[in-house]
Amino acid sequence: MLSHDIIIVGGGLAGLRAAVGLCEKYNVALLSKVHPIRSHSIAAQGGINASLANHPDAKDDSWEKHTFDTVKGSDYLADQHAVEIMCKQAPIIVYEMEHWGCPFSRFPDGSIAQRPFGGAGYPRTCYSADITGHVLLNTLYERAVSKGVKVYPEWYVIALVTDNGRCHGVIAFDLINGKIIPMKSKVTLFATGGYGRVYQYSTNALINTGSGIGIAYKAGVPAKDMEFVQFHPTGLIGTNILITEACRGEGGYLVNNKNERFMERYAPKAMELAPRDIVSRSIQTEIDEGRGFEHPLGRYIKLDLRHLGAQKILEKLPGIRNICIDFLGIDPIKEPIPIMPVQHYSMGGIDTNEKAETEFEGFYAAGECACVSVHGANRLGGNSLLDTIAFGKLASIAIDEYLQGKDVTPDETPLNNKLAEMEHTIRMITGNKGERPFSILADLSKNMSANVGIFRTKDELALALENILKIKERYKGVYVSSSELHMNYELLNALELGSMIEVAHTIAIGAYLREESRGAHSRRDFPARDDANWLKHTIARLGADGNPEISFKDVVITRYEPMERKY
Amino acid sequence: MIKETVYTFKILRYDSKRPEEAAQFRSYQIKVIPGLTILAVLIRIRDEIDGTLSFRSSCRSAVCGSCAMVINGKIDLACRTQVASFGTNTIILEPLPNFEIIKDLVVDMTPFWNMYEKVRPYLIRKSPDPEKEIQQSEEERKRIDQFVNCILCASCYGACPVLARNPDYLGPAAMAKLERFVLDSRDERPGDVLEEINNENGVWGCDTVFRCIDACPKDVRPTDSIVGLRKAILKKKLLGRYK
Repeated sequence: MLSHDIIIVGGGLAGLRAAVGLCEKYNVALLSKVHPIRSHSIAAQGGINASLANHPDAKDDSWEKHTFDTVKGSDYLADQHAVEIMCKQAPIIVYEMEHWGCPFSRFPDGSIAQRPFGGAGYPRTCYSADITGHVLLNTLYERAVSKGVKVYPEWYVIALVTDNGRCHGVIAFDLINGKIIPMKSKVTLFATGGYGRVYQYSTNALINTGSGIGIAYKAGVPAKDMEFVQFHPTGLIGTNILITEACRGEGGYLVNNKNERFMERYAPKAMELAPRDIVSRSIQTEIDEGRGFEHPLGRYIKLDLRHLGAQKILEKLPGIRNICIDFLGIDPIKEPIPIMPVQHYSMGGIDTNEKAETEFEGFYAAGECACVSVHGANRLGGNSLLDTIAFGKLASIAIDEYLQGKDVTPDETPLNNKLAEMEHTIRMITGNKGERPFSILADLSKNMSANVGIFRTKDELALALENILKIKERYKGVYVSSSELHMNYELLNALELGSMIEVAHTIAIGAYLREESRGAHSRRDFPARDDANWLKHTIARLGADGNPEISFKDVVITRYEPMERKY
Repeated sequence: MIKETVYTFKILRYDSKRPEEAAQFRSYQIKVIPGLTILAVLIRIRDEIDGTLSFRSSCRSAVCGSCAMVINGKIDLACRTQVASFGTNTIILEPLPNFEIIKDLVVDMTPFWNMYEKVRPYLIRKSPDPEKEIQQSEEERKRIDQFVNCILCASCYGACPVLARNPDYLGPAAMAKLERFVLDSRDERPGDVLEEINNENGVWGCDTVFRCIDACPKDVRPTDSIVGLRKAILKKKLLGRYK
């Protein structure tokens, strides 16, 4: 059995930031199912929000204004004390990343450049062209290398070990050597990312299965606000690759087949820079009402950048241009980009507080896998990179506080029991004769995109739940081609699929029960927000019968009373 | 209707856990629609035909650097390469050269990361941090642009003829990373770090045949970094400082 003071699962921004904060004082292990530099944080494009007030139009920006924009963007479901903490941290974090070498783009005066983003009253999104996630992740990985953080690359966590309200460690799977290894720890932090792959159409990387959320949920840790799923307005048609909001931040237009900038009808003031939930619904409405364009790969809307000119596109959006050329053979300098809204981000996740603590002693979560909640019902662009680093850092501080003056001894018995259970599960999967994982996942993800999408109805959600129960039955017979454990990606797919089904179940049931429209959760049969009955968080925990048990939790309101959300 | 075409994928299969079985190509026939990438087909082969096939992948949008391999003789990322771009219905896939194979298209990247760590790939400062950002002009930021773009996919490492004969050679990616910091106006590393690369395993080992530039999927020019570092070494010799 391996032993560390602290096990961090996930090598993206949240996990690396926590590791950097803890590694000098504690014996830290960072497990990542891909090399950390391949983590999905790398794919973030547009930027990170912080009220630096560097932009000439933002001289009176402040963390309070950032907080207000975030709370309003969340459709008042965010916990306001947590948003305040994050927005206060934002400038500190951006300067810290800069001091550690992050190559932000610059204004002519030598300060960090900032651009406008959706739902923000000021241009406060700090960026590096359109590769902001790439530069932040590289910088934090570089920092981790300089500090000598111990990384276990291509080690998957397949179970979280909890017992009597506390966490004792994890069961890990060393992919290259095919070994199943119990790892005990005083503290475990999950920074395992979002669940985009539960949907058929998603901007997310293939590794974004949400298995971390599912693994925690299966270990008894509640999930929060899972019904709030962000659909990004501009996914590239066909491949669903992210086309950054910075395209609109830099002045891009959305245009329908009547050559109208249709956002005028939906958000006359903010136009293309309304928050993502509103822009996605507007695009979907245009498409549904016949004002989209036809393409063999689906119906779409045009994102037009041509008026920005070649120089601005080459300087500010070079990655977007390359994506369009590589994946669709079009050059946005000359042609509009065909886009459609697709799943992008998980507002919900493991139920945590502002210190990244969960209900279980010794178990923490940060980043997209966690739900503090700072994004509520809809996250603003530029706030997710901030969330990852802010709560990675805050988690490291909270963990340090927890371990001080405390003699924590993890218990090996539950670890050994869980190890035996996982070995049994794997023997079942390699010995079954039912169905291979890919076809089950295909049906699960189609079900989610078709029935738990941008617009929702009771009937579709009931159908989604019915389908998930059938899929759960099919999963009992899941099998893989080879019983070899090393480099067996199909086996990992099968194991992760078990978690994905649970994640999907919590999303669908939350959406079914929430009879209102708030942020990204939009019910055609309940089109209005209902603060009297639904200004509350949904909590899902695994019930004894294997189904989610739902309860609710109050939203923390400090100084911003809920009001109508207009842009 | 979208027309499907039958393709033959020949993929090099090998398992380092079974060294007694020589590497060999296995063929897969698969129907492909236009616009599909090599990675999309690899996923379909693993899903629908052969669940034992091993390859790395993640972002599927040419930013994470997981899926560099040899595609019909040319190194590229599987995720950004169109199946239809070769003018032939036969696609041959091999793992990156200059690495040990772990299994099939997955190679052991340890030597690549060792070289990366050797150059101290992080900002080194002597001055105290200011309260806000360290000032940097737009022009200074632009100077490091191409090296910042590196996604560490190791395409250049696989393409480098020097690494093929000298595994102690630092390689193009590590030197591009070092140059990214040496050129950064904020970096204050002492000049003697350049001595560590002032040899045949460092900047003087390069054949300057530009294979790394050809192989890079992100338009980084590692040779520029090597030439830049050579100049810095000479400058330090002549003037006692490299910046």
